[in-house]
Amino acid sequence: MTASPGREQVSRVLQQHGALMVLAALVIVGSVAFDSFATAGNAASVLVSSSFTAIIAIGMTFVIISGGIDLSVGSLFVFGGVLAAYGSQYGLFVALALPLAACGLVGLLQGLLIARTGMAPFIVTLAGLLGVRGLMLAISNEGATTYLVKDAAFARLGQGGVFGLTWPVFITALLAVAAMVLLQRTAFGQNVYAVGGNEQGAALMGVPVARTKVYVYLMSGLLAGLAGVLNAARLSSGVTILGIGLELDVIAAVVIGGTLLTGGAGGITGTIAGVLLLGVIQSLINQVGNLTSAFQQVVSGLFLALVVVAQRLLGRAQRLG
Amino acid sequence: MAEAVAPPGRRVLAWAQEYGVYAAVGVLLLFNVLFTPHFLDVANFRTQLVQVAPIVIVSLGMALVIGTQGIDLSVGSVMSLAAALVALYLGYGAWPALLVALVGGAVAGTAGGALVAYVGVQPIVATLALLVGVRGLANVLVPQLVEFRNPDLIALGSSSLSGVPVIVVIAAVLTLLMAFLVRRTTFGRQVVAIGGNRAASELSGLPVRRVLLLVYVISGVLAALAGVLATARLQASDPTSLGLFIELSAITAVVVGGTPLSGGRIRVLSTVMGALLMQLLSATLIKHNLPQSWTQIVQAVIILAAVYATRERGTR
Repeated sequence: MTASPGREQVSRVLQQHGALMVLAALVIVGSVAFDSFATAGNAASVLVSSSFTAIIAIGMTFVIISGGIDLSVGSLFVFGGVLAAYGSQYGLFVALALPLAACGLVGLLQGLLIARTGMAPFIVTLAGLLGVRGLMLAISNEGATTYLVKDAAFARLGQGGVFGLTWPVFITALLAVAAMVLLQRTAFGQNVYAVGGNEQGAALMGVPVARTKVYVYLMSGLLAGLAGVLNAARLSSGVTILGIGLELDVIAAVVIGGTLLTGGAGGITGTIAGVLLLGVIQSLINQVGNLTSAFQQVVSGLFLALVVVAQRLLGRAQRLG
Repeated sequence: MAEAVAPPGRRVLAWAQEYGVYAAVGVLLLFNVLFTPHFLDVANFRTQLVQVAPIVIVSLGMALVIGTQGIDLSVGSVMSLAAALVALYLGYGAWPALLVALVGGAVAGTAGGALVAYVGVQPIVATLALLVGVRGLANVLVPQLVEFRNPDLIALGSSSLSGVPVIVVIAAVLTLLMAFLVRRTTFGRQVVAIGGNRAASELSGLPVRRVLLLVYVISGVLAALAGVLATARLQASDPTSLGLFIELSAITAVVVGGTPLSGGRIRVLSTVMGALLMQLLSATLIKHNLPQSWTQIVQAVIILAAVYATRERGTR
């Protein structure tokens, strides 16, 4: 087959920015079809509800680009929230530091196990999912105790804001920009791509493979904990039943955003687009009114399947081109 | 590789890898016989076995999928779809409803298998899409819990064959069938070969895609059957919560049983032992008044220990 650079480029752009294009298309369709869709209020509510998933998804993007997976983030999200609400009785600092330290420690442990023993990330973080859920239940009287946020400054962190957007939205935006710089403009970011693209090759070229992996899981743990902290501030309580199965939503958003689960490719822009896309789909389904959240799951599942099939076909086109 | 005389430490490790899960079940049983009151009651054994049976059935399919280097996250959602379909078609009788549920499981398995085998999507994403979508579909079909009074279906869930619950008998028979399938049939050999080295299997002319597809179909049908049996035992169809997180229990059972996630090896009986070990463990902790949180932490430690042990095999 003759090389056609034009076609190759098109498929590459589609793979990297497909989610963004579909997002734009959906927003336009939604604005035309529903009067109440393109309002500032609705946009704000999509942004606010997406921001927690987005923070976790940023960490997950690093993990997946490095060729791994982190199933523990849903549990860490809940654990972080419960710890934050519990810690808020001792003031703002403890409410922030306690959950971040605990979730960072779990991420660090998982990273060390994965990098030093060569155990599969899927298994290590599956154990993390169960173990952290156990820890969360242990500190919350088997999930029966819901700690309430006692610190007003801490609650403002989740509920206050400007321009109709709460602080978590701005924190998410800042983190996204920082993550983009980290991934694209620093040696660490390049190492993450190298480890995910070809681990043996990276090791031979002197990339610190083990250290890169440890940092990636540490970061994912910290970000999942932070999302939990902000969510606890938003709800003024450490709810013990939220966030179950959240890891799968996050992975879906990252994959929809064009990051390949095989590692070595992907980016933050796509991930943010993927998270927003799932948020907009949910919002659109809410607009239709008589459709339930179950219907949204059907659409999300179909969409995910469509995206991965498209990615495969585009990947094939690139290799042929 | 020639089998050299192994140093004693390595021999102990190799033994632990091979029979560790049996030993662990034995130790837990002994502990319970000695320290748990009423543990040897027949009623207690029945309860434990009936509870573990659906997990065992799902784990059998999961072991097959993991043997091909894949993973099937959709099993819990397929169970809920089966529960929904049973509720919808129970009007035609229990057996037609069972048949429709199994066909539903086969269709879901075909979708996942086709994505994996023919499109080349990674198993974890393909079945993740099904996990999300299929439970949604089940909830759309049957939005809330539906109780039923069909005597055949209730009998399937609660009757016994000479003292052994029917559900347990079904799980045991399926275990033997699966062990036979893996060890003694061409298909079983092909599954293991594909998991061990897919490229070589393709080059030597094995029908790789067809076998992969069939593996996911089998996993789907087994999950659907587990869903019907669990529904029959509940005497109610509950697509919202039936089978939630069972994929984690099944993967745990397979992994604790010593089947490596890297494929190429399937240990059917050890998988069942893995499921029994986890069930026995949580029962033991509950009987000794330790809370749910402890169970999950101990489970996490056991998963890590089991995988750490099997990891050594891969590097040898």
